[in-house]
Amino acid sequence: MNTLELEEEKKVKTSSPKSENITGSKALLEIFLAEKVETIFGYPGGAIMPIYDALYDYQEKINHILVRHEQGGIHAAQGYARTSGRVGVVFATSGPGATNLVTGLADAMIDSTPLVCITGQVFAHLLGTDAFQETDVINMTTPVTKWNYQITDATEIPSVLAKAFYIAKSGRPGPVLIDITKNAQLQKFDFEGYTKCTHIRSYRPKPIVRPEYIKEAAKLINEAKKPFVIFGQGIILGKAEKEFKAFIEKGNLPAAWTVLGLSALPTDHPLNVGMLGMHGNYGPNVLTNDCDVLIAVGMRFDDRVTGRLDKYAKQAKIIHLDIDPSEIDKNVKTTVAVWGDCKETLPLLNELIEQKKHTQWLQKFEEYKQKEIESCIKKDLYPTSEQLSMGEVVNALNDLTGGNAVIVTDVGQHQMVGCRYAKFNQSKSNVTSGGLGTMGFALPAAIGAKFGAPERTVVAIIGDGGFQMTLQELGTIMQNNVNVKIIILNNSYLGMVRQWQELFNERRYSFTNIESPDFVALANSYHIKSQKVTDRDVLKNVLKEMLDHQGAYLLEVIVAKEDNVFPMVPQGCSVSEIRLA
Amino acid sequence: MNNQQKKEAPADTIQAPGKQEYTITAYTENQIGILNRISIIFSRRKINIQSLNTSPSEVPGIHRFNIVIDETEEVVKKLARQIEKQVDVLKAYYNTNDEIIWQEMSLYKIPTDAITEKVKVERLLREFGARAVAIRKDYTVFETTGHREETDKLIKFLEPFGLIEFVRSARVAIIKDSNGFHEKVKEFERREPGEEVVENEYLDKQEEVFSM
Repeated sequence: MNTLELEEEKKVKTSSPKSENITGSKALLEIFLAEKVETIFGYPGGAIMPIYDALYDYQEKINHILVRHEQGGIHAAQGYARTSGRVGVVFATSGPGATNLVTGLADAMIDSTPLVCITGQVFAHLLGTDAFQETDVINMTTPVTKWNYQITDATEIPSVLAKAFYIAKSGRPGPVLIDITKNAQLQKFDFEGYTKCTHIRSYRPKPIVRPEYIKEAAKLINEAKKPFVIFGQGIILGKAEKEFKAFIEKGNLPAAWTVLGLSALPTDHPLNVGMLGMHGNYGPNVLTNDCDVLIAVGMRFDDRVTGRLDKYAKQAKIIHLDIDPSEIDKNVKTTVAVWGDCKETLPLLNELIEQKKHTQWLQKFEEYKQKEIESCIKKDLYPTSEQLSMGEVVNALNDLTGGNAVIVTDVGQHQMVGCRYAKFNQSKSNVTSGGLGTMGFALPAAIGAKFGAPERTVVAIIGDGGFQMTLQELGTIMQNNVNVKIIILNNSYLGMVRQWQELFNERRYSFTNIESPDFVALANSYHIKSQKVTDRDVLKNVLKEMLDHQGAYLLEVIVAKEDNVFPMVPQGCSVSEIRLA
Repeated sequence: MNNQQKKEAPADTIQAPGKQEYTITAYTENQIGILNRISIIFSRRKINIQSLNTSPSEVPGIHRFNIVIDETEEVVKKLARQIEKQVDVLKAYYNTNDEIIWQEMSLYKIPTDAITEKVKVERLLREFGARAVAIRKDYTVFETTGHREETDKLIKFLEPFGLIEFVRSARVAIIKDSNGFHEKVKEFERREPGEEVVENEYLDKQEEVFSM
């Protein structure tokens, strides 16, 4: 820090004579207490030092987790938000600290994760001067935040933070970034308490529910012979799991999930017909193009779900329930749009639909399931080859957790296998990077997931590639004794890209073979208990040892190098053209 | 307005199928950064903004954006929803040219000699309803307001007489059947706003939804 900055600091510190005044930094922490923030993931630096100085006196009340990289911090906050259903909070300094958040912001934006990120910023008088560690974080993060704002005066802190929390968690949730210049952090002002924000005139978190179109939707459902429900994270974010279950049970409606909708409905629920999309289950994909009414709840028709759009459910009438009006008709033309919070719309719809059996229609899903079991699932879960498969590891884990664990996955083949085969009994149990597909997400997200649900077992399943993107967070696990179980499914390849290269690029494996360090030795260097498994015989016992161990555990499982994930809807194909091999 | 761009194509250019000129009207809070938030909605989709104007509206503290683009209705509807989704935006409408009254203002700098010496120029300026806003010994600045074709036409006429400089403003547009935004804002300020704040074109008639 140069002398000019020191002088500046002195000036702001003494500029306010009133003793009851507090600094912007202290006010920020008081606001966090009022918002019941218990955990912050962060990394200090020059421009956020006043906040960290204030935090020193709040260590009893607020648990700050020192991460090893800001990207790790924001992914941890995402994991925390996903398992707790609360707002994740992140601290980062200006410049590189702030830019390191961008991947996590983009991830949280596309996956609708509520976050409040606080970044330090250079003194207001230095803005635009290319000062040390100055970066235009507001403009840089505008496309990847639900809202952002730069505070240059401490008096703005209470009202802006109130808005930040309200915007992050209301309506369709999303990340909010608040950039606070150093002078505002240091500045003393009259803090007159904190009032939570409950209304912003330019912001409508929820569209008004209109009974007319609930009626229209119910009519379509009642007339349907082959209705099919597809659901996404909207159910979890809207805390509408019960309402959703009641809805599908009344109409006996088969329901399939998107990757982010996973765990909203228990895996073994008789109406849960499986996963949608590129590596989803056979029946749900094929029958999308056979149903007569498609009921989409809290999902956004991502291209990985729809495949080729002009051949997607063209025969069906489409009902779309969503809280975000801009999602209606964005990708798929809707017959009836039910705008609103599904927590409110589902019970209204439920009242109007008739009890139905749909026995024959449900039987069709069962038939496709049998086909898939024969041609794909058996091979995955009970392989006859010598080498372990990813699927059997997940299956063995299911036997031990009984479906009660939080499963965090990274991105790639293991993610698809994890989502396809992991068993879930309760909601908010599946944490993965869906929309953005951020490799390196799982390890830090698992740390956050554990803080978000400390009473639950958290298992991170990660590929050898993704693990090496954020493995520095082993340090965070070590320092904070985070009890997470890490399974590295090591196939010595960037498996998903390799699979595509095999199928579509004539096996030209361009830069997809990846070498790894000795993961066991690496974990040990962080004082994390670790083991490596290659044999089927010991797999289950080692998994049990991992789960029984008090504290973090890293298990490296060597799996078959060139296994492929099937079924698969090749890019540019219709969902009904799904391939089983 | 640094985002303002002009399409220099003649008025009779053939448009892509289904595309036509739409004017988006957005009411926003007067917030730093809102221009960027709105403009990136277009640039992200590689859509060229033909004209952009921001100004205060009839309601104190609320700004009005007029954005002109050449697009299909399907695209413009999605864009309007993305704009309205922004936290600091109260409302976004889109209208075809039939549904609005609009004007653009142009300034022309021509040598004063050309006006004093050539009778034709004086007649032309009269015909186009041009108004002199500055008269100097060496040059005179005229102003006209009107539609693009009208102002374009005058450029063509003046060019042979030594048009020194020309500038045209962005489009400002009034929606024909709008009742203004005063009542709307009151509705927005209510904690439980009525149905007109969140419209549904599936049930409401299209004309009523996207007009005020």
